[in-house]
Amino acid sequence: MPKLNVPEAKTSGSAALIHIEALSLHYGASKALKDISLTLGERVVTAFIGPSGCGKSTLLRCLNRMNDLIDNVRIEGGVKIGGHNIYSSDVDVIELRKRVGMVFQKSNPFPKSIYENVAYGLRLHSSQNKSELDGVVEQSLRSAALWDEVKDRLHSSALGLSGGQQQRLCIARAIAIKPEIILMDEPASALDPLATARIEELILELKKDFTIVIVTHNMQQAARISDFTAFFYIGELIEFDSTTKIFTNPAKKQTEDYVTGRFG
Amino acid sequence: MSARKHFRAEKFDFTSFFFTGLTGLATLFILAILAVILLNILINGWSSLSWHFVSTIPKKDFFDANTTGVLPMIVGTTIRVFVMTIFVLPVGVITAIYLTEYAPNNSLVTKFIRAAVNNLAGVPSIVFGLFGLGFFINFVGKNIDTILHNPSAVWGQPALIWASLTLAIMTMPVVIVATEESLKAIPPGLREASLALGATKLETILRVVLPQALPGIMTGGILAVSRAAGEVAPILFTGVAYYMASLPHHVTDQFMDLGYHVFVLSTQSPNIEQTRPILYATVLVLLMLTFALNIVAIVIRARVRKKLRALG
Repeated sequence: MPKLNVPEAKTSGSAALIHIEALSLHYGASKALKDISLTLGERVVTAFIGPSGCGKSTLLRCLNRMNDLIDNVRIEGGVKIGGHNIYSSDVDVIELRKRVGMVFQKSNPFPKSIYENVAYGLRLHSSQNKSELDGVVEQSLRSAALWDEVKDRLHSSALGLSGGQQQRLCIARAIAIKPEIILMDEPASALDPLATARIEELILELKKDFTIVIVTHNMQQAARISDFTAFFYIGELIEFDSTTKIFTNPAKKQTEDYVTGRFG
Repeated sequence: MSARKHFRAEKFDFTSFFFTGLTGLATLFILAILAVILLNILINGWSSLSWHFVSTIPKKDFFDANTTGVLPMIVGTTIRVFVMTIFVLPVGVITAIYLTEYAPNNSLVTKFIRAAVNNLAGVPSIVFGLFGLGFFINFVGKNIDTILHNPSAVWGQPALIWASLTLAIMTMPVVIVATEESLKAIPPGLREASLALGATKLETILRVVLPQALPGIMTGGILAVSRAAGEVAPILFTGVAYYMASLPHHVTDQFMDLGYHVFVLSTQSPNIEQTRPILYATVLVLLMLTFALNIVAIVIRARVRKKLRALG
């Protein structure tokens, strides 16, 4: 996917990177996403919020085509990243996923060493020599604020790390292959408040280099870390605006009810 | 104290006692049978067991307790189990990978393959023996001989290779089912993590899924070895010899086998009383060999598990 000149997003100060255009998604007969159109800016944090089952995770998984793995999924409309429709038939999904990384709700390090976890993507995509690999592994772990904690045990199992460390390792693993976009699916929902705070600091740090889309159940989290927020309800995009606006002066009654905790 | 009385069982709970006792007795019964078999063989076989017995190639008349030995049978049984393992593991594992990773779920074809695998497990072993004779020897072997222009039958006769392949087919379902179970047990999150990093499905299977499934695959291998080591019926027509003066040198040679030798000793002996000690000792050797093969496989599996846990 060549990087094209992309038009300025109406809603954000930064350049638009992701255009979701009239996207609908069906699981068999049920419709999980209804005609969603949304433009996300580059190098900002966009949060998807909404009650369980509102489709926010499903939409996130459309952005790196992880939904391809599920049977009976049908998608209408499109998603353009850098001006290129990622659902067109000439798209190489491998190339797409290298450019759009993902961090999952449940930390899922491979049962390999810390080093091998971070090096996994690099070993897949380029046959780098040892010193290059060492460099990228260190740099990625530093970017994920994990280096100081693990530098003395790079070759011991990743499964020996705490939950918060495992999740930061998954972030390091994702950024090691230098994606442009990082998708985060409730990355801190299984962590304690301290580990959550570290992940949030990390996200704010990462947005200097990466475009981040995060799904979260935690509205304080969305308010703290995101620049833009999209509120979903039963498969529909109810409102999308700057986070400040969504949380202080939303245009829709439903949004207000949700962010003030009246339902959800 | 009156409050505590409330929690005290008033009556003896007969039902509970009865069923605890019943399950315990059933377990004891099985253990007792196993103990009787093993002790009987151990006590009667131990006295005839000697280094000479396990290291001697017997003369044609192997019913003489003083001169006979079981070396060719130990060698034959061991080799046929190993050759079988070499064939059954790759084919079984690849089939299981196809069924769990590639075959469309719930499609008619997948259901049909699964049913076929399960039915294969239920086929009597003598039928596998006849299949081996008909397919491997009379079809595959004969055709190899024709293609190679062999003047006399080399491949088209009972041989170590055909007996091992017949056993491989017989034990295939065990390996397939065990591998499938271990593949299914791998958390979907690991596959997703790999795919999200831009790995292809094949890369994900080779680098993440298979290493994790290795202990489970080896369990399948162990079960296959256990089952195959003592089987006689499948090799009856496909490779076992009543007597051979030397050890097998080539996969097209016939071989002697412990299980079959037990059958020969117990049915062909001219003097039952004289043969009985040899018979007991041979059965003991068969049990020990099966046990040893299992131990080897279990030790390897334990090492793999330890290595997986340590890192990867």
